[in-house]
Amino acid sequence: MPGLPGRGQPMSALVRLDKVSLALGGHPVLSGVSLAVEPGRIVTIVGPNGAGKSTLVRVALGLVKPDSGTVSRRAGAIVGYVPQRLAIDPALPLSVRRFLAMAAPDSDASQWGRALEQVSAGHVLGRQVRDLSGGELQRVLLARALLRRPNLMVLDEPVAGVDMAGQAELYDLIAALARTGACAVLMVSHDLHVVMAATDEVVCLNRHVCCAGPPETVSRHPEYLALFGPGVAASLAVYTHVHDHQHLPDGSVGHQHGPDCHHG
Amino acid sequence: MDEFLIKALAAGIGLALVAAPFGCFVVWRRMAYFGDTLAHAALLGVVASLLLGTSALFGIAIVAVAAALLLAVAQRQEKLGSDTILGIVSHGALAAGLVALSQVETVRVDLMGWLLGDILAVTWGDVGLIWGGGALMLAALALIWRPLLAATIDPDLAKIEGHAVERARMALMVLVALVVAVAMKVVGVLLVTALLVIPAATARGLSRTPEQMAAFAALVGTVAVGSGLAASWHFDSPAGPSVVVAAVIVFLAARLVRRY
Repeated sequence: MPGLPGRGQPMSALVRLDKVSLALGGHPVLSGVSLAVEPGRIVTIVGPNGAGKSTLVRVALGLVKPDSGTVSRRAGAIVGYVPQRLAIDPALPLSVRRFLAMAAPDSDASQWGRALEQVSAGHVLGRQVRDLSGGELQRVLLARALLRRPNLMVLDEPVAGVDMAGQAELYDLIAALARTGACAVLMVSHDLHVVMAATDEVVCLNRHVCCAGPPETVSRHPEYLALFGPGVAASLAVYTHVHDHQHLPDGSVGHQHGPDCHHG
Repeated sequence: MDEFLIKALAAGIGLALVAAPFGCFVVWRRMAYFGDTLAHAALLGVVASLLLGTSALFGIAIVAVAAALLLAVAQRQEKLGSDTILGIVSHGALAAGLVALSQVETVRVDLMGWLLGDILAVTWGDVGLIWGGGALMLAALALIWRPLLAATIDPDLAKIEGHAVERARMALMVLVALVVAVAMKVVGVLLVTALLVIPAATARGLSRTPEQMAAFAALVGTVAVGSGLAASWHFDSPAGPSVVVAAVIVFLAARLVRRY
């Protein structure tokens, strides 16, 4: 099984969790969780609510210490983190420009613009962070992570609040980042069918690792089926995103209706 | 102008300038109740200084800083909500201070002066302390400004980006405690938070950057102190409350101006 300790060179992984257990307020949240994320690979954590997905991410980032087990990050790992939501208070005046600059102090205006263009949010550079919509904020957070030139991206539901077309587009971007930039990606997602296609390894979590492996294998695994139900799992046939349209500069979408289209 | 009025103005304006940027952090980090709690606890400092024969400010500063550190640790560990903890400490400390003060019979204490401030009674020594101590506190804030701002936006992101979040948080709490201690003499236990929160809240809608908001808050605070003292002189109203009423009027006026 790829990604589990004992296989490959121990130091090639950007982050490696070995038999990590953690209890919060007396309740076990993670027990004996092991995983590793290697450069160029995308590991996606799926699981029901309360499965410990976000906690696992926080442990991997070193924000929470596990009760037992070890967490090792490669020395010199530059982390780009996209949290599930931002804790910023609406009373804090902050431009997107400044927010981006804080992520990478030695970056300049052209780099901020380019990072926003990458996530199709070039128009928000001069806006206030508090005025952004949920989807726009999510894109800015992703741009901010990109700006740090990370070799480890950690994304906790990175496309929450982003429209459907945008979700697929951002997942494509994340996949491209892993492929071309040799960046390691650890991601939490609910969007099972979109994520499956852009993932090398799926870790199905329910406080412990139920099953892990390539998406095709996991989606047929009995534990996965037990967790999500055979009906749900069947409807989540691995989805391969085909980018069949362009985003025009005025914000509209150029799209040629095909035989599989169920809209418009 | 009478000398005591000049002294009061100098003390009030100095305090407004120091309180402004701290007030912004109090608003951004939702610490208003925290400042209130420190002010209430500071009354115990008055009693302590009477018993130990030290200057009131020294006692207040020690107790306020101790309370801030205690709260910082308690908030991290307790399972009670942080507003509940603050409610217990805030009113517990205020009540304990009032009880203890009544038992110190050797000295007559101007309780109203401590509750509502006595800005017209400040000495040139107090003024020097506000400006000198205030400059040191602002310098300390400037040193932790970047990590503190990052942590205020999002503590997890700040930690991952290498900022010393916990150290900045503790430093802010101690500094706010010192601001509260200095402000006690001017606006009193009950009104300290107003001087922190109202100018910052007024500045919010006018500002595009955090630094701009701190600057506008300083301006609003200065205007409130000036007009509040003038009103107090004209109408023979208590000075501290007059300053706070002036601040509220500026706040409301700014809202109206922005709407129309």
